[in-house]
Amino acid sequence: MAADNEISAIYYIQHHLQNLTFGRHPENGWSLASTSAEATEMGFWAIHLDTMGWSIAMGVLFLGLFHKAGRMATTGVPGGLQNAVEMVIEFIENLTRSTFHGKNPHIAPIALTLFMWILLMNSLKILPVDYLPELFGRLGFEYMKIVPTTDVNATLGMALGVFCLIVFYSIKVKGAGGFAKELSLTPFNHWLLIPFNLILEIVGLIVKPISLALRLFGNMFAGEVIFILIALLPFWAIWLLDVPWAIFHILVVSLQAFIFTTLSIVYLSAAHEHH
Amino acid sequence: MNINMTLIGQTIAFAIFVWFCIKYVWPPISSALHERQKKIADGLDAASRASRDLELAQEQAAQTLRETKEQASQILDQANKRSSQMIEEAREQARAEGERLVAGARAEIDQEINRAKEELRAQVASLAIVGAERVLEASIDEKAHRKLLDKLAAEL
Repeated sequence: MAADNEISAIYYIQHHLQNLTFGRHPENGWSLASTSAEATEMGFWAIHLDTMGWSIAMGVLFLGLFHKAGRMATTGVPGGLQNAVEMVIEFIENLTRSTFHGKNPHIAPIALTLFMWILLMNSLKILPVDYLPELFGRLGFEYMKIVPTTDVNATLGMALGVFCLIVFYSIKVKGAGGFAKELSLTPFNHWLLIPFNLILEIVGLIVKPISLALRLFGNMFAGEVIFILIALLPFWAIWLLDVPWAIFHILVVSLQAFIFTTLSIVYLSAAHEHH
Repeated sequence: MNINMTLIGQTIAFAIFVWFCIKYVWPPISSALHERQKKIADGLDAASRASRDLELAQEQAAQTLRETKEQASQILDQANKRSSQMIEEAREQARAEGERLVAGARAEIDQEINRAKEELRAQVASLAIVGAERVLEASIDEKAHRKLLDKLAAEL
């Protein structure tokens, strides 16, 4: 009986941590993965429908709300939505002004997109872990992991976007030659040490997005696992741990969004600086 | 924990969201915000200017009031002086008039008395003659005694 419980607990956890994967299976062709093993066998040519769906939904929600606020924006007394939106915008503007030491009007909107998108995706975590998976289970979807930031693909995808921006602005501001010079001649300005410099700088460059992605992913994934473990408790005990953890996560959710955004601005600021 | 195409999908989604945000979301809100900031700053400026104007106007009003009060008190003083003067004059006139009237009346009374005395004198003389006639029961020569009787009447 104890072993049964253990097996079902392990199954429950694994089930909750599996994404809804659509991809090309070596045997079944293009199909939805019905087990974790099948999803793994699909390799790179697969896509997590739940991650993509929920993240795009959150992004559209963010842009929709802000676009609506922007269309109705008045210079007079703002309404409730406009007030909230302006609060966020001012917060991001101040953050950008204090962190970014260059002249680029696009940095603030980039930071706003990152912050709001990550915040909304992380916020999905406050929803009880069983509600939406159960609902989608009834609709015939085997797996449903609703928090996109607990999927390393999502965080790494965004970090990759930031990485592209870093490279793009480095080349735009310093020119391809300047960027190459920076990679090869710092920190040791001697032609003999070019290979060493290159290794150092390229590792430093690549570590930036990876650290961004793994920090966000690690925090969100760990929090999710704790939520799932709490959900395994007897039903009358769940709230005792679940409520404090959820309240704590209100902090974590916004803090992680803030950290990702701030570090991205710092990296982009560094990309604008001449050495 | 499979790395797969989701990674690429997420990057594309990110790029599209950033583009949309830069193009359509950020500019209107940001410009509205800055415009409002400017408007508020202007408003505050105008308010401080207006309060300065108000102070000035109040000062001016107080000054005018002070001057007016001074003038009014001057006018009042003058009027008081003039009225007391007029009263004094009127009193003087009334007294003079009264004295004149009294003097006139007195003169008339004196005249009246003198006339009455004259008449009395005349009547007394006649009476005395009648009385003497009665006493003497004889006719007396009026001409002869006239002088005597006039003297008697003058003594009365």
